[in-house]
Amino acid sequence: MSKIETIGLSVYYGDGTVCGLKAVNITIEANKITALIGPSGCGKTTFLRALNRMNELKGAQTKGKVLIDGIDIYNGKVDVIQLRKRIGMVFQQPNPFPMSIYDNVAYGPRIHGQRNENLGTIVEESLKKAALWDEVKDRLDENALGFSGGQQQRLCIARALAVNPEIILFDEPCSALDPVSTARIEELLTELKQEYTIVIVTHNMQQAARVSDCTAFFLMGELIEYGKTSQIFERPKDKRTEDYITGRFG
Amino acid sequence: MSDSAQRCAGAFGSFRGGLAERLVEKLLFICALSSILIVFFIIAFILKEGIPVLALGPDFFFGMTWKPGQGQFGVVPTVLSTFIVGIGALGIAAVIGIPAAIYLAEFAPEWLRALIKPSVEMLVGIPSIVLGFFGLMVLVVFIRDNIGGWGECILAGWVILAVMTLPHVISISEDALRAVPRTYKEASLGLGATPLQTIRKILVPNARSGILASLILGMGNAIGETMAVLMVIGNPNIPWIPSSVLEPVRVLTSTIVIEISYVVWGSTHQHALFALGVILFSIVAVLNAITTALIRKGIRTGCR
Repeated sequence: MSKIETIGLSVYYGDGTVCGLKAVNITIEANKITALIGPSGCGKTTFLRALNRMNELKGAQTKGKVLIDGIDIYNGKVDVIQLRKRIGMVFQQPNPFPMSIYDNVAYGPRIHGQRNENLGTIVEESLKKAALWDEVKDRLDENALGFSGGQQQRLCIARALAVNPEIILFDEPCSALDPVSTARIEELLTELKQEYTIVIVTHNMQQAARVSDCTAFFLMGELIEYGKTSQIFERPKDKRTEDYITGRFG
Repeated sequence: MSDSAQRCAGAFGSFRGGLAERLVEKLLFICALSSILIVFFIIAFILKEGIPVLALGPDFFFGMTWKPGQGQFGVVPTVLSTFIVGIGALGIAAVIGIPAAIYLAEFAPEWLRALIKPSVEMLVGIPSIVLGFFGLMVLVVFIRDNIGGWGECILAGWVILAVMTLPHVISISEDALRAVPRTYKEASLGLGATPLQTIRKILVPNARSGILASLILGMGNAIGETMAVLMVIGNPNIPWIPSSVLEPVRVLTSTIVIEISYVVWGSTHQHALFALGVILFSIVAVLNAITTALIRKGIRTGCR
């Protein structure tokens, strides 16, 4: 079942002169992990941020359609607040708020009007899903900034899960982490796809090969090739994909 | 170049450089030292001159009456008036300045910000006597005609001081808001928070120490300000505790300026004015110290 579909998705920066993304058509399946790979500046992150309309924060212009469950999120009627509630995002640098673990996870539910009495359960469940509960259950009131990078990133995942999204976007979630923390996050991703649709930008091709079901290769703002991860890595159809995954450039 | 020649040149060069360097270093040291010495001597002098009256103790610090003619030097009405004027002005500056800073940091398009920020900073450049004159001719008249009282009053002092404090509040608060990491804001918006929720729950709390610093610094400036205040707050013959914002008052600075002109040289009265100076200096020094501490704290937490 397709969860996300883009039709001719283009993103322009500046005064509409710089093109960040060129007419991308892609269909992303529900309950799968889709990896976006490609060299720096190729449009992966721009594509990711087009899916929850974060590009507009930097004044980018978007053309084309992004259908989520068949509804175009750029049609002018979609409430961006509700949209971002449905589509969680985890960033490159772990970015917990400088407040307690509890308050970090409760932040999302609170702004969406969740009553205090339910918060404890939400916080606990979210931390459990993010495989962080056992490490922090006795330290919920400690400042999140005192934890390790890997723990902070899992906290950010828990924080995203707490608003009960359908899709989670990961923007190079492991690039600031050590190998052990990276392994834990990857394991977590595979568990999370049972319930969520996951799109992940990564620079690490082994990571894409390890965790993802489908892979999209971007180059200079264009989607070059998209298919099953095994096919992309074993029998790439496009010469440029092959060059990139075999490490000849990028 | 041969080995020995190189060594020779090196030795020569370092000898010359060494002498010049030491000389310049000493000169710089003396300049740096002079600023410490100047501050030190001023403080020492004011303290020395103020001590005869500061030594009156409770009669000075808690005295309710200031009648130099009768040897009464109670400082309470003056200090209280000073704080009433300072805090009120700060209140106005905060109510206008903090939202303005939020607008500049978060909402203003680049061209508008490029227009507003220099204009705000230009406010700092208006000489206080000009601002005071404006206050006297326009503000005081307006208050007298439309609100009541003599016109020269606390309210006029508030407004003029608020105008003088505003640029500091806006400028420092805006810097503090901008210093909040972008990633916090993105995380908040990414969770579906509205821009207003993000400002209220993430930006302002994280910029809190900077915003507070701007207010306290503004307060220090307002309390130390003399000319503009002097011209609009009326200055009754005797300092009193006002009962309405439409009454004139006397603050520390205006009392010193007014009485210094007729004080008898070497009299207790003169010492009393120096004692007022000590109080004023202490208040401003404490406020500045708090500001510095807050800004440091802001930097520390911001960098983590």
